[in-house]
Amino acid sequence: MAIGVKVMRRPDKQVSYVRATLKGMALTFKHMFEPKVTMQYPEQKSTTDWSISQRWRGTHRMLTDEQGRSKCVACGLCPQICPANCIKLVPGEDEQGNRYPLIYEIDEFRCVFCGYCQEVCPEEAIHVGVHFENAEYTRGRFVYDLERLQSQTHAVSTLWDPTDPRGE
Amino acid sequence: MTPEMKGFILLSVLKMLLVFTVIMVGVALLTLMERKVSAWMQNRMGPNRVGWGGLLQPAADGVKNILKEETYPALASPWLFVLAPAMSFIPALLLSAVIPFAAPLPVDFDFTLGPLGRFAYHGPMPMVVADVPIGFLFVLAISSMGVYGIALAGWSSNSKYALLGGLRASAQMVSYEVAMGLSLIPVLLMSGNVSFAAIVRDQQAGLWYVLPLFLSFFIFLISGFAETNRLPFDLPEAESELIAGYHTEYSAMKFSFFFIAEYANVVTVCAMVTTLFFGGWDIPGRWDESGGLMQTLVTGAAFFLKLMFWIFFVMWIRWTLPRFRYDQLMALGWKVLMPLALAYIMVICTAIYGIEHWAGLVDPKARALALFGVNVVVGVLVFGLLDSGTFIKGSNRRQDTSKALSRATVTG
Repeated sequence: MAIGVKVMRRPDKQVSYVRATLKGMALTFKHMFEPKVTMQYPEQKSTTDWSISQRWRGTHRMLTDEQGRSKCVACGLCPQICPANCIKLVPGEDEQGNRYPLIYEIDEFRCVFCGYCQEVCPEEAIHVGVHFENAEYTRGRFVYDLERLQSQTHAVSTLWDPTDPRGE
Repeated sequence: MTPEMKGFILLSVLKMLLVFTVIMVGVALLTLMERKVSAWMQNRMGPNRVGWGGLLQPAADGVKNILKEETYPALASPWLFVLAPAMSFIPALLLSAVIPFAAPLPVDFDFTLGPLGRFAYHGPMPMVVADVPIGFLFVLAISSMGVYGIALAGWSSNSKYALLGGLRASAQMVSYEVAMGLSLIPVLLMSGNVSFAAIVRDQQAGLWYVLPLFLSFFIFLISGFAETNRLPFDLPEAESELIAGYHTEYSAMKFSFFFIAEYANVVTVCAMVTTLFFGGWDIPGRWDESGGLMQTLVTGAAFFLKLMFWIFFVMWIRWTLPRFRYDQLMALGWKVLMPLALAYIMVICTAIYGIEHWAGLVDPKARALALFGVNVVVGVLVFGLLDSGTFIKGSNRRQDTSKALSRATVTG
């Protein structure tokens, strides 16, 4: 039996429905005056006993270096590993031989938010983020281009570390 | 047409407008109350986005339901499909016409209104739209008509779930009407009259009928739950088995009509409980019998408070008890409530005869108190028996019988 499952013993004798009904009604009435557990979501996004996990894998973010250029070197590992095939990368190269992405697009609709792109990235450029409110009016707006990925400001997620499984 | 007749019609129209508005607005607000009560009982907050504390939620729901698309199943019977919501909606509203909701208001006017002529009314005006002499017989008759709407909705939808829901509804409502009607006979024996006004008057003179006729109240309340098709008797809807029962195929405003009918039925049953067993608009004491505007207003408020309590009670039960199994429902109706009601009629008959002829108590209060004594004894016996769990068997008891059966086959 899974942890935390409470097993109720069936009564061996006859069951009293009158008393059981009264007991149940007392219980529901008592609950009317107990503190409410509802979190008023759009106004209130975390409470003292609940906040979004730092390991949440949501909307992507592309990190930038000091000059404001993306850290991406267009190595092609993330489109390679992406199981949903949602990353479009066209590499380019400048005169010094530095590779950079000409086009870098992520289709957030196709993405399954596995976080492999962040895991595989050698430059720690692409990240999944602790963010989930990405509603749009058109489907086209869900394809995030490089500029939009760079301008995201939310926290990046902390990926699962096998040496520290509980994230302590 | 005499001026008195015209005055009567004028007042009746005003009362109709008042009752109709209160019932329609009240029913809309009851949907909000239901959601709020259910939320509080589950440690939630309930709707609180539209209006102040969610007060405009019913209006938003109404607008949504009016604007939604009306769908018609391809093979449904079109006329009956449209007629059915109206047929369950109209009887539900009709019932609110006969419930007295306040002490009679002394009215005295005599005026001329242009070409319409003279209007006059003298004497106390009963605060009820139609003070019918047949009283609760009217309620029983009209409330049983509600089942036509539900059965027709189920049948005309041409859907297996809706048909099963309609069948269940008709079986359930017919079964529980028997117990409901029988449970009201002691009330008739006590008051000697079926009219609501007379019943309220008798309760003012004696005690509220809940004390001398407690079992009647109990049976009536349970049958009332069954009549309104609400949990724990919502087998006609039974989401887990029948999707939504008889209104599976209904959408938009036609669906809303069933909902309004359900809540209007709840209001009616609660108003019946209040009037028949909790003194109607009566306030304990002598104060409310002298008449006057103040008395009418205060007794109206008293009626409203009692009504609200019973409506809350209905919701409380709904969010506490799980649904009955179908055989349990039928067993409760036919094997428990109907014999109980019949036996109770015998007990009350004997008791009233005994109290009046042998003990010689004719004063209504003394008679009611003596009957209350009888009820304590009967109540202890009946609830002791119900409590022993021999009538409605739980699943463990069913296992016992199946085990006993298999043992019998093995040894035999």
